This record gives sequence, structure tokens and C-alpha cells, in this order.
Amino acid sequence: MIEKIKLLINDKKREFEVDLEEPLLYILREDANLYGPKYGCGMGQCGACMVLVDGRAQPSCLLTCGNLHEAKIKTIEGLAKNGNPHPLQEAFFEVQAAQCGYCLNGMLISAVSLLEENPSPSISEIKEALNRVLCRCGTHSRFIKAVQLASEKSQNA
Amino acid sequence: MTSPNSPNSSRRSFLKNTGQLLIGFNLLPLTFCQSKSEILDGGISSGSQVRSSMGSDIIDSWIRLDAEGKVTVLTGKMELGQGIRTALMQMAAEELDVNMDIVTIINGDTGQTADEGYTAGSGTIERSGASIRKAAAEAKFFMVNMASEKWDESPENLSVKNGLIQSKNGKHKISYWELLDGKFLEGKVTGNAPLKNPKDHTLVGKGILREDIRKMAQGEAFFVHDLRLPEMVHARVLRPPSYGSILIDLDKESVLALPGVLKLVVDGRFIAVIAKREYQAIKALEFLKSAAKWQTEPLSPQQADLFSEMKKKSLPPQQVEEAKHINTIIGNSPQILEATYLRPYQMHASAGPSCAVAEWKDGKLTVWTPTQGVYPLRSTLSDFLGIDTKDIRCIGLPGSGCYGHNGADDVSADAAFIARSFPGKPVRVQWMREDEHAWEPYGSAMLLKLKAGLDASGKITGWDCGIWSDTHSTRPGGKAGHFIAARHLEKPFEFQPGGFSGGSYRNSSPLYNIPSKNIVLHNYKGPLRTSALRGLGAYGNIFALESFMDELANLAAIDPFEFRIKNLDNPRAIEVIKTLKSKCNWENRDQSGRVGYGLAFAQYKNSASYFAVVAEIHKSPTGGKFRLHKLTGVIDSGQCINPDGLKNQTEGGMIQSASWTIMEAVQYDANGITSKDWNSYPIMRTNDVPEVEVHIIDRPKEKPLGAGEAAQGPVAAAIVNALSSLLDKRVYELPLKDYFV
Ligand code: FES
Ligand code: FES
Repeated sequence: MIEKIKLLINDKKREFEVDLEEPLLYILREDANLYGPKYGCGMGQCGACMVLVDGRAQPSCLLTCGNLHEAKIKTIEGLAKNGNPHPLQEAFFEVQAAQCGYCLNGMLISAVSLLEENPSPSISEIKEALNRVLCRCGTHSRFIKAVQLASEKSQNA
Repeated sequence: MTSPNSPNSSRRSFLKNTGQLLIGFNLLPLTFCQSKSEILDGGISSGSQVRSSMGSDIIDSWIRLDAEGKVTVLTGKMELGQGIRTALMQMAAEELDVNMDIVTIINGDTGQTADEGYTAGSGTIERSGASIRKAAAEAKFFMVNMASEKWDESPENLSVKNGLIQSKNGKHKISYWELLDGKFLEGKVTGNAPLKNPKDHTLVGKGILREDIRKMAQGEAFFVHDLRLPEMVHARVLRPPSYGSILIDLDKESVLALPGVLKLVVDGRFIAVIAKREYQAIKALEFLKSAAKWQTEPLSPQQADLFSEMKKKSLPPQQVEEAKHINTIIGNSPQILEATYLRPYQMHASAGPSCAVAEWKDGKLTVWTPTQGVYPLRSTLSDFLGIDTKDIRCIGLPGSGCYGHNGADDVSADAAFIARSFPGKPVRVQWMREDEHAWEPYGSAMLLKLKAGLDASGKITGWDCGIWSDTHSTRPGGKAGHFIAARHLEKPFEFQPGGFSGGSYRNSSPLYNIPSKNIVLHNYKGPLRTSALRGLGAYGNIFALESFMDELANLAAIDPFEFRIKNLDNPRAIEVIKTLKSKCNWENRDQSGRVGYGLAFAQYKNSASYFAVVAEIHKSPTGGKFRLHKLTGVIDSGQCINPDGLKNQTEGGMIQSASWTIMEAVQYDANGITSKDWNSYPIMRTNDVPEVEVHIIDRPKEKPLGAGEAAQGPVAAAIVNALSSLLDKRVYELPLKDYFV
């Protein structure tokens, strides 16, 4: 069924006419012109499509628009504050946490969600938080390092 | 952005307005080369004004200076996540003596870059890097000589810093760009220009950060998947349930009635649907799945019989290396060992399913593609579509990491074929997860049979190796039958295997100093589609060879490090192994019986990087299973261009190989591939990844060596060796999942 839905995407109010069954992922990429969330499996198995919904990391390939009315969505494009990149974005760059980078969106979103809830996670908590996101290039150790770095920096700030 | 090096602005706008533009060494305009980001924002025109490569001996094919005071590096090689863009820019900036921030790079575009074949075999830095380095040195040489004539100063009295030529007496200075002053100058790579002495390097050897990672982290468009062109439409391809399935029936009408559906393309068993929105194309695909009736030819042999069939049905053996009387030599040795090793089919399993965009306009085709080789793709598309290569432009854009021949070429062919039936609009095709898993060409299963003799001192007397394998390379190289789409047409293109390549016996010949080596290859046409997966046959061969070395060391009762060193005389190989021994603190290792260690070593292709690794495995406190705790590696890639990039790639290779080795095997049954998603083909995730540590032996005076595949084989053997040290038996078959938690 085609209907109008309202979303708050990266702090901007947006309205879309959509098929209520359509997963959020396609709305974000095709209508909201965002590049961050990616298609990887469409089945909730890989995390390439992660976004923050009301602050929590969720795979956007499984979220159908019908269930999202007025939800607060954040993608990696909306992480910067006052023009400054998010500390995790800085940390990912600093430790060069990417090879091909296809999974980077999911890793970054999961990390943001983790640090919101738990500003100084242990290694195993970091691993657990990133476990939903799949990386084929084997960059895992750097993602873990980047989260540690961002967390340390915010503790010392 | 303008740089202080630019000529004055009125001149610049004049050049732009007339389309006549200041450049370094050749004729045609340059600002028409859109940057990647402009392309991604959809700003690409027909692209016809972009000038193409005029041959690899021309400087302009590699290095261009433009009116904006910038330097553009061109390479036929693709960025695949291995960080070559940064490394190649470093090499160019170094020789040209300019700062990195004015350098940009264009990768693989048949409209612009030189034909460098495939980005494969870890050869980019060795080959493209060498060309770019020479061209940059030549450009600098040329301009310094120009300045020297202009000022009547000898070139020795001139120096260059960030593109500014200065005389030592302080009298003169001029930037490259002012010097060229809008003139066209032609320069060939003569080979006369001196390369910098490595001790003067200020950029090469530094861990310069990849700027593209910053972009990705901010969600900027980067991948071919992100390309958006005006009026772009979306297509999906319905693949048959299995390789040999035949289409019996398809209800076309109801598909066309679905929302947004623009066209159904059916030719033989090639079926694709085009829709306005991406999600509409996906819905239509789902519908098509139930609307198509197939008859499927069973896959054979069954998985359980694969290795016995492989031995029975292989083609006549091919002698790779010959030692006469090998049986006698080994037979007469005081100690003899024999073993057989098995590796399964494994997949590239790219994180992002393959994607391409194609546009057919006025009889000309443009394809934006994540291929590893824009030129071979172009010639194969030309065969497929029956049009001249000059009417096809293939523009390379980054895809999801591919690690060899994945679905990238096939999806490009899909897009091109669909675009031809829907002219005038760009068509974007992305494979679904199951398409990538089930249709990519896998790394071939292999059976390796080894036999060797030892003398009384622990030296290897003779080595006898038998390899059974399907091909490791079916990359398209001009024949359309290499595309799935072409094989599925009503009038199919036949797949003509280009002969079995050397990929199967890669690294089967030990680097160890063995007087008699006999190697025989048995090619086998197996049930699954196969091609190049990172390392090709080297993964299986090194797994076998280095497992066997460990067994031989045990038999000789010699420490595994000592045993390898004893049988080597290659000094760089020895140094890598010795360095590893101290880095992993071998002498003080845990000998409680709860921790297992395994060593392995190889020089990739016996000609590229040297890599040695120790795997550390812990027994889990409960249940008698194991956990891969740590991998410590040492790599010698000759002159190291970017240490952080080298480490990143090597760490990635180590983790990926650990995942193959412990977890991965493609599953299939009579009806087709059953590994169709991440649950049926699990790979290693963060909870299971080991700690990884990489040490580099930098050799600034040696030539740089390819490194991207160095870790794949050794890591497999190191894990097996560590595991076997904890079990009271040896493990001969991959993957090892039954042993790990
Ligand atoms: S694409 Fe959403 S989890 Fe894989
Ligand atoms: S960096 Fe390539 S998939 Fe993670």
C-alpha cells in the first residue's frame, strides 16, 4: 500500500510516499540520497545497511516503512556535529580502519550505538557489538582498535 | 581549489574557455577528465573529450600536470581496497618532488588509462608502480632540463621542492606549471631519467594515510553501488536454480503488470526485469522466481564423492617440474614420508553483491564497472554484443572487495546486455546476496599428494608432488562464453576454457633447497564454476607443503624453525623466519599443553613477498575445542612503499585465510549450490577473529614486491600445524570447523 510517512532523517524532517512494505534501506539510498547504508544481504545477516533508529543500531534492510512513522533515523552522513566529524569517524580514519570499506558503515553505526550506551566498553563488549556486521576484508582488528581509541579519547577529553 | 603553482587566472580561464588547456606533456584537454566524485554525482557527460592513453611509453599515459596546478596519476589498475591509490600517488609524488595534496589518481578507464590487463597476482606496485615512477622521474628530468636551458645553469645546480625548481645560487625559481606555461610538450619515457636514491625518499616508506577512508567514514559516495545518474533505472536478473537448469515456462504478463516494472528481458534462460525503483525491481524478481518453471540437471559428482572422482576422472597428467628417478631417490632415503591434503571449494563472498551500471546510447555503450580489468572486460563485451571496442567505454569504479574473480565482470555483462535492450537510460544492476553466493566462480577444491625423503642429518633428499585441481583462472579475456549471461542466451556462447592455467601449481615447488623435485598436475573439470580466488592454487599448495614440512620436522625431530632454516639457502627467506622466531618469543612459548603453536613460511609465487607466520591456538576450558588466539606474521616485500598500507593488507589476508581455513567450504547437492547466504556459508566475525600482529622487514634498496596474497597459504598451514601439535593426530582436510568453538 502506498502511503505518506514522516521521518526525521539526520535531524531533517522528511516526507515520503512509499509502499509501506518497502524497507527503509531503499528509501534512504534512493529517495533521501544517502550513500552510507549499503545493501549486503537484505536478510539481517550482514549489517552493511545499519542505521541508528532512535539512537540504536538496526539493519535498515529489515525495517519496513510502515512501522517507522515519525522515527528518528541517523546515518553516518549525519554524525558530524557543527561541521566536525564524530570522534569515531576521526578514529576510523586515524587507525585506517578499512580496506574496501563496504562494511565500514555498519561497523561505524554499531560503534556509535555502543559508545552511546557504554562509553568505555571492554574488548569483548566491542567485539560483541561489532559481531553483527560482517567484514570480508578482515579489517576487524582495526575496527576494534578504532572503537578503543575513540572511547579513550572521550574519557580523556 | 587553486594552488600557488597555477599560472595566472586569466590565462587559466582562457585555456578553459578555448578548451585548450595547459598540460604537462601531451596534447589534448585535461579538465574534461571528471573526478570520481563528479562521476558519482552523476555529472558525467558522454566522456568523449576525455583523452585516451596513447601508449605506455608516453609520459602522459601515467602522469599529467594540469592548469589547476595539480598532478594526476593514471593507472590501468583498480583500487580493490588494497590501498594502491595512495601507494601509487606516493611513488609519483616522490619522483616528481611534489606534495601529496596536489596529487590525484584515475584508475582503470578505457577512455583514459593505459591497458594494464588485470589487477591481479599482487602485481600493481611491481608493474604499474614501476611505470608511474619512471614517468614521474622523466617528467621532472625534462622540466629541470628546460629550466636549466632557460637560465643557462647546469641541472646539477638546480633543485626541486613541491614542484618549484630553484637554482642553488638563489637567483632563479619557477614552478613546473609556470615553466610549462600552457604549452603542449611531448615527452616519452626514455629511461634516461635517474630515479631518486632511496635514502632521499621523503614520501615512499611513510605510512601516509588513505584519504579515501576519511570519505567513506563520512558516507561520501565512493562505490559503483553509489553511482546515480539522471533517469537511471534498476534491473535484477533471475538466475536459474542451478548451472544446468532449463527454462520450461514463464508467466510474463503478470510480471509486467507489477508496479514500476518497465520491461522484461528474456533471451533463452537469461531473464531480467527493469523497474523504476530498486525495490520494485526486487519485488518483481521475487515474483519472477515463483513464475518461472525450471528443469534442473543434477550436479555431479556429489560432494561426498568429489575427491575420489577427482582422482579417477582427471585429464592426462602434466609434468610441471621433473626429477628423473624420483622414486629411487626418495626410496633410498633413510626416512620417508607421504601424505594427502584436501581443500574444499571456497568462495570470494564479497560483502557487497556485485553491481554495475550501463548505458546504451546511439550505438555506444558505457559501463561503470567494479571489474579488475577494464580492457579485458571491454574486449569480452565487444565479443558478447558484437560491437567494436571503440564503441565501448569501461570506467572502473571501486566495488566491494573482490579478492579475485568474483561477480564483478558478470554483473557488468548483465548490465551491458540489459542496457542494450533499454537504450537511452542508464541501467543499474545489483546482484542479490544469493546471486553472488551461488554464481560467483569459486576457488577450486584441490587434492595434494606429497612424498619426500630425509637424510640422516634432516635434509630433504627428494620431493614428489601430485596436484589434482580444477582451473584457477576463467577470467574473461575476449571470449563472451566467460560471462554467465552469454552462456544463458537462446543462442548461447560456448564457454571455452583457455586451457588450465599455471594457477593450479602456483607455489607447489618448494623454495627449500631440495636436489630433486618432481611435480605433476592432474587437471580436473569439476562440478562447480571456478576461477581466481586470492592466491589461486598457492593457498592449497602452501597449506599442503608447509603442513608436510612440519611433519618432516617432527620426523627428523628438529625444531620447526631450525628445520626450515636448515633446508633453505635463500637469505631473505631465512631472515624472515629468524625475525619471526624472535618476534613471537618462540623460546619462551607456553609449553603447558594448553597452547599450540604452528609455523609456516612461503615466498608468494616464489618471486613476490616473503611471509612467515606463527599461529597460536588455545584449548577452550570446556568441551575440548579450540580457539585461534593470535597470528604473528613477518613480511618482506622489498622496498616498502607504505608500511601502514602493507600491514593493513597483510592483516586482512591473515584474517581472511583464517576464516577460509577454519570455517569455509561451499556446499552443494544434486539440485545446485546450497551455500546461498551468510548462514549457510558462515565466515569469521569479530567475536572469533584472532589478534593479529605484522612486522615488516623493509629493504629500501630492493625493488618492491607484490604483497596482497602473501599470507593466504602460510596462515592455513600455520593453523593446521598449531592444531596438530595439540591433537595427537595430524589434520589433512580443510576446513577445520569441527575442532574450533
Ligand atoms: S543488508 Fe541488511 S543486514 Fe545485510
Ligand atoms: S573493509 Fe572490505 S568488507 Fe570490511
